[in-house]
Amino acid sequence: MKNHVWRPLSVALALVAAILLFRYFYVPKDFGSGKYGFMYSYHRQADEEQWKNMPVRYQNTGGQQMHESCRECHAEEVAGRTKELHGIIACEDCHGPARNHPDDPETLPVDRGRDLCLRCHTSLSYITSDRKRIPGIDAKEHNPGSECVECHNPHNPRLEDMQR
Amino acid sequence: MNRRDFLKGTIVVIAGAAVPLSSLEFFDPCEVLAVNPGIHWAFLVDTYKCVGCGFCVKACKLENDVPLEAKVTRTWVERYVYTRDGHQYVDSPDGALQGFPEPRIDMGLGEFKEIEPDNVGKAFFVPKLCNHCDTPPCTQVCPVGATYKNDEGVVLVDRSWCIGCGYCIMACPYGARYFHPVYKVADKCTLCYHRITKGLPPACVEACPFGARKICNIQDSNDPVTRLILSERVGILKEEFGTRPQAFYIGLTAEVR
Repeated sequence: MKNHVWRPLSVALALVAAILLFRYFYVPKDFGSGKYGFMYSYHRQADEEQWKNMPVRYQNTGGQQMHESCRECHAEEVAGRTKELHGIIACEDCHGPARNHPDDPETLPVDRGRDLCLRCHTSLSYITSDRKRIPGIDAKEHNPGSECVECHNPHNPRLEDMQR
Repeated sequence: MNRRDFLKGTIVVIAGAAVPLSSLEFFDPCEVLAVNPGIHWAFLVDTYKCVGCGFCVKACKLENDVPLEAKVTRTWVERYVYTRDGHQYVDSPDGALQGFPEPRIDMGLGEFKEIEPDNVGKAFFVPKLCNHCDTPPCTQVCPVGATYKNDEGVVLVDRSWCIGCGYCIMACPYGARYFHPVYKVADKCTLCYHRITKGLPPACVEACPFGARKICNIQDSNDPVTRLILSERVGILKEEFGTRPQAFYIGLTAEVR
């Protein structure tokens, strides 16, 4: 073949070689596929470890476990909770993620806003949903402007136990 | 037959006879798996139990560093309202981060639809999240190999490798992916991989007061939630896309997609 073929071809080949060389050093060595094959799982294996090492913030106070972890210091609040009413709500749902409480943060926020209660207690006439079991109010008519916790005890919401 | 052939034949017969019969027995893969279950995470949503409080959305955002005020979320709750005069409405204001504090339907663009309580026929809530599909279209389209399904069945995004092109966000038929406003990469539900690998439930599962959200190892037939999936009448979303979702739903209707 003539020179005018070889010269541009050598440039092209050199370019390909350079790209492959760059790729060889740039792509991490642990790139590979897993059980799901090249199409679905070609990835950098070390990334799985990185996701595993993300910090845990919610400290598993769901279900009845909050009784064990929170009772030590907050015995009064935990004892007042009724299993069939607000006892099903994890402490951290309202007070936020515990992280390393009581070391860091030392105190968890106490949200006294109406919004928190209205998540469940807005009156919605949905009889085909479990929402029907929850007593609801119309936020515009039920003592607007005042905090729910002024009258209701969020840890023990039973109306019979309410102290005015 | 000469002496060489005779010795060769003898060696072959003795070697063959030395293989104990028991090693030729066929294994039943079901039996082997039942003794040593692998891990394949699956999710179960019971829409009958959901009341739309949105604690799952709040917990997910706080656990996973998703800015609360940003209009993106890894999990969200949809409200379906069917009226007696034949209309259907679906909304999810802010992904139900604050739950559904108003009876009116958020139609988008600042428009709201008031629905008379007497006019509500059927209404329910459906929590949604990444389905962690077995054949995920989002990982197929990634041009750089930054998103993948790992051996435990969780679809993850490699934040240091993602270039933020957004192909996967477009490819997901469920809208489960979004562009993370802080890290500037594609982001999605990880099933709280940092929690489930430590034996903790995902943040949304823990936060749900009503037990509407559950997680299980679907290869472990002794797992109570796996048994629920195997025995209840569960459905999946957008089956026709062939994505083989691993999030199962109890109580779907045709309109839930």
